[in-house]
Amino acid sequence: MSQIKEVVAPQSPAPDDIAVSARNITKNYGDVEALKDLTLEFPRGQLTSLLGPSGCGKTTLLKIIAGLLQPTSGNIEVNGKPVTGPGPNRAFVFQDFALLPWASVMRNVAFGLELRGVAKSEREDVAAKYIGDVGLAGFEKSYPHELSGGMRQRVGLARALAVDAKVLLMDEPFSAVDEQTRRKFQEDLLSLVENENKTFIFVTHSIEEAVYVSDQIAILLPRPSRVSEIIRPSGFRNKGADSIRRDSEYLDIVDNIWASLRNYVE
Amino acid sequence: MVNRPLVLKILSAVIIFGAWEIAGRVPVSYAFPTFFESMAALFRLAMEGTLFTAYVDTLKPLIVGVAISTFIGIGLGLWIGLSSFFDWLVSPIFIVMQAAPLAALIPLLVMAYGIGLTSKVFVVLIMAMPVIVLNTSSAVRHTPESIKEMCRSFLGSRLDMIVKIIIPAASPLIFSGLRLGISAGFIGAILAELKITPTGVGDIITFSRSIADYPSMYAAIFSIIVLAVLFLNLLERIEKFLFKGNDLGYVSD
Repeated sequence: MSQIKEVVAPQSPAPDDIAVSARNITKNYGDVEALKDLTLEFPRGQLTSLLGPSGCGKTTLLKIIAGLLQPTSGNIEVNGKPVTGPGPNRAFVFQDFALLPWASVMRNVAFGLELRGVAKSEREDVAAKYIGDVGLAGFEKSYPHELSGGMRQRVGLARALAVDAKVLLMDEPFSAVDEQTRRKFQEDLLSLVENENKTFIFVTHSIEEAVYVSDQIAILLPRPSRVSEIIRPSGFRNKGADSIRRDSEYLDIVDNIWASLRNYVE
Repeated sequence: MVNRPLVLKILSAVIIFGAWEIAGRVPVSYAFPTFFESMAALFRLAMEGTLFTAYVDTLKPLIVGVAISTFIGIGLGLWIGLSSFFDWLVSPIFIVMQAAPLAALIPLLVMAYGIGLTSKVFVVLIMAMPVIVLNTSSAVRHTPESIKEMCRSFLGSRLDMIVKIIIPAASPLIFSGLRLGISAGFIGAILAELKITPTGVGDIITFSRSIADYPSMYAAIFSIIVLAVLFLNLLERIEKFLFKGNDLGYVSD
């Protein structure tokens, strides 16, 4: 435990390096308190995971940041501007991919731009680039049902990247794909965070996944939902994707998170 | 490679028409002609032109009724699906309409609208519209939540949501409503001709029966069934053309 505290304490990033901040967010569904007075900051250009047992409100928080849900009280700021609804500075990657089954990969990836009124040839040029980037070149004319689960989520990711939002919101994006694909995705995500100058907010229920991909992990506990701990793994981030899983700091953090979460798992 | 579906279609047609021919030859009833007699009568009616003039009469209320049911029905269905107030206001009318015994309502329609085209169009509407409206509204209500959220999060407007998400997503159910509605419309059109005033194909059926010309009667019935089947096939083609890939289900299923 002491090891984590050491990691937490030192870095508190300067205010202008905060891309997204959630202040005193409360969300009630009738009598049920999904989130209570939650405050959390998301550093620019980094990946922050929201980790916690099911029912802790992590997806609710993500959807409030996206502007898809309105908080009962409290406010969200993205780059210092308050959020009132969905905006061009955020893009969402869905757990169940949320692809249009009647549209080709090309149209699905370009759909965000289509909704913004970008001309067809222009948006298809942009989409073609991102389809290539996520490794789906040659599948432009395929329909979602012709793709595997992993390829479908690549389409979802390309769609989010194509609108060039500065903040990427990912709701358990890899939970519906198989284990091997997931590992590949996690490695790809690390290089994405490194190469794209974007802020990632990543909801997951997998401790290993959170520790593997995150610059900052916010542990949410239920009833009432709150941020119980913020962990910033730092030691192994630059050691390369292959050696992270064997790093002793990585293993310690995974163990410690499990120790604090296990009481909340039924 | 043999074209299996085609072979099966021909085979089942041969079996059914063969059974008809045999039943007619036995005969099961003196009022039941054989298949070939009926086809000969059909050919004769077509040659005389009687069949075509009859269809001009029959198709008028049918086409008007089906067109109104399709456009107004889908429109109302969308509205009902999108607004719970409108659902509360309008849905019961169509549920009652669907449950109502049509034959009992015909005298009322005749009293209100006379024996002309209007009454017949109403019969087609009462048959066709409820299933189209109710199917459309339930399809709209069951649009998958995540693709609606996707549309909102990528800044889709209310119009985008309806045109680009809700209607395409609802289209399989809308089309199945149309198939049911239009076949019910065919029933309505013939029923109107049998119950209100004998015109068109209904006239051929009533008249041939009254002079015991059973082959002509069966020929008329056969022709309307063929027409209905052809029309439904056409509808299926239109659906495939408009919403390619949609019949294959949601990827998250």
